[in-house]
Formats: sequence, structure tokens, C-alpha cells
Amino acid sequence: MSTLSAIDEHNDHHDHKPKGMMRWILTTNHKDIGTMYLIFSFLMFLIGGAMAMIIRAELYQPGLQIVEPNFFNQMTTVHGLIMVFGAVMPAFTGLANWLIPMMIGAPDMALPRMNNWSFWILPMAFAILLSSLFMEGGGPNFGWTFYAPLSTTYAPDSTALFVFSIHIMGISSILGAINVVVTIINMRAPGMSYMKMPLFVWTWLITAFLLIAVMPVLAATVTMVLTDKYFGTSFFAAAGGGDPVLFQHIFWFFGHPEVYIMILPSFGIISAIVPAFSRKKLFGYSSMVYATASIALLSFVVWAHHMFTTGMPVAAELFFMYCTMLISVPTGVKVFNWVATMWRGSLTFETPMLFAIAFIVLFTIGGFSGLMLAITPADFQYHDTYFVVAHFHYVLVTGAIFSIMAAAYYWLPKWTGNMYNESLGKLHFWASLISVNVLFFPMHFLGLAGMPRRVPDYALQFADFNQLVSIGGFAFGLSQLIFLVVVIKCARGGEKAPAKPWEGAEGLEWDMPSPAPYHSHTTPPVIK
Amino acid sequence: MLGLISSSVFATSSLNMTKGVTDISQRVYDLHMTILIICCVIGVVVFGAMFYAIIKHRKSQGAVAAQFHESTKVEVIWTIIPFIILIGMAIPATKTLIEMEDNSEADITIKVTGSQWKWHYQYFDHDFGFYSLLSTPREQYENQNGKNADVVKGENYLLEVDRHLVLPIGKKVRFLITADDVIHSWWVPAFAVKQDANPGFINEAWTIINKPGIYRGQCAELCGKDHGFMPIVVEALSQADYDVWLAGQKQDIAKAEVAAKQALASTLTMDDSMALGETVYMTRCAACHQANGAGIPGAFPAIKGSPIALGDIGAHIDIVVNGKAGTAMQAFSGQLTAKELAAVITYERNAWDNNTGDVVQVSEVNAKGAK
Amino acid sequence: MSDEKKSRDASTGAALKSKNSVLMAKLFSAIVLMFGFGYALVPLYDVLCEVTGINGRLVNDNREASTAVDESRMVRLQFTTSVAPGMPWQFKPKVNYVDVHPGENTVVYFKATNQSNLAVTGQAVPSVSPGIASLYLNKTECFCFEQQILNSGESVDMGLVFFISPEIPQDIRTLTLSYTLFNVTQPISKPSGDLQAAL
Repeated sequence: MSTLSAIDEHNDHHDHKPKGMMRWILTTNHKDIGTMYLIFSFLMFLIGGAMAMIIRAELYQPGLQIVEPNFFNQMTTVHGLIMVFGAVMPAFTGLANWLIPMMIGAPDMALPRMNNWSFWILPMAFAILLSSLFMEGGGPNFGWTFYAPLSTTYAPDSTALFVFSIHIMGISSILGAINVVVTIINMRAPGMSYMKMPLFVWTWLITAFLLIAVMPVLAATVTMVLTDKYFGTSFFAAAGGGDPVLFQHIFWFFGHPEVYIMILPSFGIISAIVPAFSRKKLFGYSSMVYATASIALLSFVVWAHHMFTTGMPVAAELFFMYCTMLISVPTGVKVFNWVATMWRGSLTFETPMLFAIAFIVLFTIGGFSGLMLAITPADFQYHDTYFVVAHFHYVLVTGAIFSIMAAAYYWLPKWTGNMYNESLGKLHFWASLISVNVLFFPMHFLGLAGMPRRVPDYALQFADFNQLVSIGGFAFGLSQLIFLVVVIKCARGGEKAPAKPWEGAEGLEWDMPSPAPYHSHTTPPVIK
Repeated sequence: MLGLISSSVFATSSLNMTKGVTDISQRVYDLHMTILIICCVIGVVVFGAMFYAIIKHRKSQGAVAAQFHESTKVEVIWTIIPFIILIGMAIPATKTLIEMEDNSEADITIKVTGSQWKWHYQYFDHDFGFYSLLSTPREQYENQNGKNADVVKGENYLLEVDRHLVLPIGKKVRFLITADDVIHSWWVPAFAVKQDANPGFINEAWTIINKPGIYRGQCAELCGKDHGFMPIVVEALSQADYDVWLAGQKQDIAKAEVAAKQALASTLTMDDSMALGETVYMTRCAACHQANGAGIPGAFPAIKGSPIALGDIGAHIDIVVNGKAGTAMQAFSGQLTAKELAAVITYERNAWDNNTGDVVQVSEVNAKGAK
Repeated sequence: MSDEKKSRDASTGAALKSKNSVLMAKLFSAIVLMFGFGYALVPLYDVLCEVTGINGRLVNDNREASTAVDESRMVRLQFTTSVAPGMPWQFKPKVNYVDVHPGENTVVYFKATNQSNLAVTGQAVPSVSPGIASLYLNKTECFCFEQQILNSGESVDMGLVFFISPEIPQDIRTLTLSYTLFNVTQPISKPSGDLQAAL
């Protein structure tokens, strides 16, 4: 192994990267593209986070102090769109780009030029979306789920821009997914059989198939909204023979697999980090693969659990209730496997491990509220309240986002060649952990007490918890600036990182120097 | 154990779901508590194991890692046990759901229509109905730039309406739910009733209220800018009190018909119309068209300087009375009396320098379809 | 050529490119298929609604009149109407409900009046609750089959001829038929948004 790395290094003395702006615009290198995705996603995370700060500032007290209700609705809508399509998904794609080729022994992604386009159309898409906020009539204000006819007949003029930006984001995701599938299937080094691949590669392979299956359905949905609004079709308008509930079925057929798209790569990340810091192999590797595949398959038959109040017949409600409850089984299996990995390991608690442990606990809490939501009769009281807001923020923030941060801390030494500052990392962790729970846990109570979601103002009995939540929100937002400092400092310098800074780490990427060479695996490694 | 926990402070505080005042709402609460407790127990066991490992199996305490990394037996066990727990949960949930969806044999039917941003209730069996709008005064919630900082918010801030939906206790009430424009959702937590109001389609729900009282709910589906400002208030009365109320309503309707006839016969003056019209405009039109008549460019048209307000009176009356298809402009004919309609149209034609000098009479409004 | 270079070429050469193209082509077809599937969900939804009665969309139109009557039970059919914004008609059922035997051919009327000073075309859209009952409500003749035109001030009694299938389950004793009346004088194809303004 090490001889091959030496040969790689030797080969790479000739690695001429172009200099300056043009390097980044023209690059087809998976490491450069991965870096761009990650930086872009962090920028979008901060922008979407700023919108959340506006939301929480308005909700700090009863009364409309800061923004008009219509602008508030734009904030909640665009916050959601940015976080889903601009922060979480590009971050996972950035990790895929950086790590998959290194982990499977490939020199780069299968389709490097398409890779470049996949990235660069994203800033375009978000420029279009954000600019719509400044149009007359305002930007999209109908929720990230854009139900018709609020998003058709009753929507602002900017809706066309919203539609186009979603089309572009979708194309980016689809092209990225194709690249991932082709890379994993065709470019594994000899000896890297499917059941030897790191779990991160498995989870991304399955995620990519989900993306290929459902992003086109989103494209169809959003095109139907466009034609209903501007070209006189009646997909969702009763007057012309259409049905607003049809929108929800088509949207959620995409929407539910989408949320699994946003969490499966997390499972892969945690499955890399926990064994490393337990100094013990992942427990139940094959079960983990099968569980991930089951979750992906089941995700196609649960969509209507977002629609229990639309007036479905009992038989349909029961079907979706049972299937949704069922998804908790493979998910639970994964959690048990991580705990079993830690059990009788030899544990240390560097920052990546802290985030991974927090993920296991807090994502599971989000899973529990999800299971509660699956119980249809109870859902009639939870639906469209802050209980739902609590649920999805637990799985997305303390779930997906924490796993992304764990990944960043874990692999930053490999990417930059420098160790990040461990004290600052731990500070970031503890500040985030405490503030995120102050921010989202009380939302469970708000929902149970009867506060609906997507409202800019509320009755007095909700005031105390809302104030607490807002304080948590401001604190969480500020805590992310610590992460910004950590990343910038690490990129600029720090204690030199060895090839394998983490004693228990496993995987081909740890056999090469830190920082990883610009062109790695130029000759395929030998797999044991 | 369930009983112990439910009867504790936990149940009555603002931390938990309401038990409500119907048999169904109590069963929903029980389902909620059951699944919550199951989740808590699983959480304690799983996190307990993990934290045990964190404490006892740490390298700094000298722990050496074991080598095991798979066990089919264990995987089977922790697949089957959760599966069985889920079945245990699904059975009572199924029973409750089937009952919740049985809308048959109702004693009373109420047609509920959601629109931006209010509810309409029609007493199906008695053929009368009314709109129900948020009654919290604007000064209580308009706080931009420190405005109205001294105005105290009332006890039922944002949860009060001008006319309650009045229902008798102990009778099965069937709700027929629809909407006029976008999707809304009718939700009263005390009944555990929540059903979407879909435009062009009809949904059903039912309840039997066990206790007299006032029960407040909210719209539960994003429906535009005032989604948070269209609450629901149900007043449940004993059968005897309900009968009295019903009789009173019928008398009020008769009186209103007399007043409408008188209004038709009378002539409205500019001063009267401007006074009444301004009140109507500020409470019913200003939400979209703004107090200064300037509207919101790109969203809601201005009335100040508008060709409609300055042009043909018939067209102006038509759009106020009948609304405009394909836009957010509603039909106000069922919501305002003919006299109020005439007054507000007069106001719009003369306020903000519009100054047409027109005074619209009730008969002109009636001719356009106002009732 | 060194061994290293040979093995490098095997994984980066023409063979790989061809494998990649084949797989890419398959994946792109999957994408096109799924986009089509998104649109196919529209008629699929209609078919599912027809077969299962979900969502109360009425599908039993233009049935021949019934010949078999089940005298042993009565079913109540309630009527309710809504007039959409921008529709200047009064529109009410002449009776709030009828009690009929399953299989009994019945006619009921809805009165519509055009209160504006222009001719207006209306389209009534029906919806039934409970949704499942739409499988059993058969409309032989209905004003909702076509658009209706009324001149200014004109009134008309619009008829609905129907029967309830004798197969209707025993536990359905009350149905509600709701009509929403829309103004379709402008053709439906008139868009509600200005695309040029948006761009």
C-alpha cells in the first residue's frame, strides 16, 4: 500500500493546477469540485440561517414587530428551499465528490466535465431564487412544499423564477447522481467488491438511485405548477376538472424519498466515524447495507402520511400508517448497530465523535417524533403544528447537519493537511449542542399545546416557549460562526496532519498522505 | 402507570396535548401518551447502553477494544422485537381511526367554508349561515416600528371571532368542509377534529361534544398572508340553551330582512355612506388594499387612482359584489349587507382624492346580485 | 509500455469510457421515464379515483336509468352548493335533501340566476362525501355534464336525474352531494399570471 502511495506522489510532481479564478471555473478535479460544493453549501447554510434569524426575531414576542406577514411567509419558504436544496444536498454532494473516488480506489469521478457543470449551475439557480425576493410582489411565499392553488392562482408573479430555479437545482442533483452511480459501479479498484465498500459509498449509491427516481417527478410537479399558472392548464384547479389534492400526491411522491435522500448519506458518515473512534469495526456491516436498502424501498410507499387530513378513505390511511411505522424497524436496526459498535470498544471523544454521538441520540429523538406522527389518529392533532417543525428539525439539523459537521471535522485533516484546532472544535460542538436543543425541543410542547406552523404571530399562551426558542435560535446561529473560524484557520495552517490522524480510522483514503494528492489512485490500489 | 402519568401535572400543563372534551379526543390523547411512553422507554434503554459504553469503555480508562463485529442472532432479535411493539401500537390506533372516520347518523350538519381569511358556517338543517372573522383589534397586533406598544393584548388574542359557531352538546355534529379559494384546514384541538378545506371538493368530519364551553382552534394549512389570523371559536351549549340561541338567530334574520328592505327604500347620503363605508373598508378591505388605498404593487391593486374606482359604477359594484375569478378578489355579496356594500363602494370612489362625487344606492347594489 | 501504465489504461481507457457511456445511457432513460411517470400520475390518479371512489370525484355519468329498486331501505342524499368567487349567479338546490330507495330514479332541481348585466357561462363541479359513495351515485342526466349559459337576469331550474346503486353498502345511509359553480365565460385557458411580467 505505502509503496503505491509513494509512486502516486512521484507521479504527481507533475500535477499542474491552473492558477487563480480559472482553476476553479474550469476544474474537473473531484477534490476541487468537492471543495466548491462544500464552501457553497456553507454559504447557503449561513444565508438560510439568516432567514431563520428573521423568523425567530419576529416570533420572539407576540405581535407583528418586524416584518409583514407576506414577507414572513417568503422567509419561511425560502429558508426551507435554501436549506434543503442549497445547504444539505450540496454538502452531501461535496462529500461524495471528495470521498467516493478516494474510498473506492478510483482516480476521479466517472464524468468529470459533467461534474463541473453540476456544480456551477447551482450558484445560478440560487441567484435566480434569491433575486425573486426583490421583485415586485415578492418572492415565493407558499411554503417550500408549494401546495396548489396557493402556488398557482394565488401566487406572486415571481413564481416562474421559482420554477426555473427548482428545475436547475434538480438538473444539478440528477447529473450528480448519475455521476455517483457510474463511478461506484464502474470504477471500483480491482478487489473492491460491493460488500467491501465503506458504508458511506453504499449509502450514497442508494441515495443516488433515489435521486434518479424522484427528482424528475419534482420536475414534472413544478412544470405542472408553471403551466397551471401561466398557460391555462388545470391540473390542480377544480374549475377545469383538476384537483388540488393531486398536487400533494405528486409532490410527496418526490417529497418523501427526498427526506431519505437527505439522511442516508448521514448514516454512511456516522458508520465511518463511530468505528474509528471506538477502535472497533462497524457492527453488522451487511445488516447496515440491507437496512439502508429497505429504508430506500419503503420510502416510496409512505408519501401520503403527509396528507392524513386531506380527506383520504380509511383503507388508504391505514395502509400509509402501517408502512410508515414499518420504516422505523430498519432505522432502529441501524441505531442498535452503532451502539453495538461502541459497546466494548476503546472510545475517545474528539470532535467528530462528539458530533456523531450527538447525532445518534438526537436523530433518534427526531425518529421518535416521526413514529408518533405516523399514528394517524394522533396525527390529526400534530399535523401542521410546531410538533412537525420540531420533528423535521431534529432529523435535519441534529441529524443531517450534525453529520456533515462530523464529516468536516473528521476529514478536514485529509483535505487540508492540517489538524483543526481541537479546543475550538469542542467549543463549537458544545455551544451548538446546547443551543440547538434550546431552539428545537420546546417546539414539541408548542405543537402539542396547539400552535400551528407558518404563522408570524401567536396567542399569548405560546409566548414563553417562543421566546426561549428564539434565544436558542440566536445562540445556535452565533455558534456556527465558531465553525467558520475553525474551517478558515484549518485551511490556512495548523499542526501538520499525518496520513492517518485518527488511530482507529479505516479506508483507502487514510493510506495516502495528508493533504491528499491532487491526483490520487492514479494507479489502482491493491485491495486486501 | 398511564393513569398515574396522565393525571399528573404533566397532563394539564401547557406542555402536553389536550385531553379535549369528546370521547375521541380522549382516545387520541391516550394513543399519544402510549406511543410517547413507548418511545421514552426505548430511548432510555438504547441511550442508557450507549452512555454506559461512553463511561466504561473509554480508552482513557484503559478499555481495550473487543473484536466482535456481527451477530445474525442479535440482528434478528432487534428486528423482531420492535416489529412486535409496532403491532401492539397499531391495533388501538386502527380501532380509533375507524371510529373517527365514521360520519354516519349525524344529528346536525354544519357546512364549513374556508376562504382568505375567515370561516363561513352554514346550519344545514336550518338554512342560515354567517361569516366568522378574527375580532382582535388591529392595534393589538400591529407593532411595527414600536407602534401600539402601549396597547395591551387581550386574553384571547388572535383566538377570538365576531361570531361563534354555536353547537349543542351530546349530539353528533357532522361537518362538511370546503373552501372558496386555496386550501385551508379546520382544526379544533378540543375535539381532535382537523380536516383540510379543499376548494371545489367536500370533506367530512364529526364530533360529539361532552361538555359545554368555549373551544378555540386555528386554520391549519398555509393559505396566504393572514393564515395565522383566521381562528375558530366553537361555543357548546346545553340543548336547551342551544334551542334558545337558534330561536334568537331566526329572529335576528327576520330583523335583518326588515332592515334590508328599509335600506332599499331609503336614500343614502354622502356623509352617511362615507362614515359607514370607512368602517367597512378598514375592517374588510384594508388587509389587502391597505388603509391608504395604495394596495401592494405586484400583489394587491391600488384603489386610489384606480380606473375601476374612477370609471363605470356598474363594473365597480360587480367586482365588489361578485369578486373576480382567477384572482384573490372575493365576492363580498354574502359577507356584507347591501347597505354596507353601497357605503364601501361610495367610500372607495371618494376617498384618497378619488373624489368622483358618486353616491351608490342600495338598489344599484341589489341589481348586481347582492342579497 | 510499462505494466503500471497498462493497468492504469485498463481502468481509465477506452474500455472504461464505453462502460460508462452504456450505464449513463441507461440512467438517462430512467430519468426520462420518471419524468414521464410524474405526468402519468395525473391520469393514474383519475383511474384510481374511479376505481376506489377516493376523493369523492363523481364518475358515474350518463348511466342508463335504473330498473331495479331496493324497497327495503332508504338512503338520504343531501345537497349543498357553493358559488366560486367571480361567479355572479345565485345557485341553490330547490330541496336540501331527498330520501330515496337505492335503484329509484329521482329528479331534483337546482335554481340558478344570473344577477349580473352580462351573459355568463357556468360550470358546476360535483363532489361527494363520503368519498367512497361516489361509486354508487349514478347520474343519468346532470347540468354539470355541460357548461350552462345564462343571459343577464335570466333564471333557470337545472335538473339532476340520478339513482343510487342498490349495491351501496348497508352502512352508508347519508350522502352529501356538493356542487361548486365556476365562472368559465373566459375560456379556462386564460392564464392567471403574466409570464412576461415575471421574467
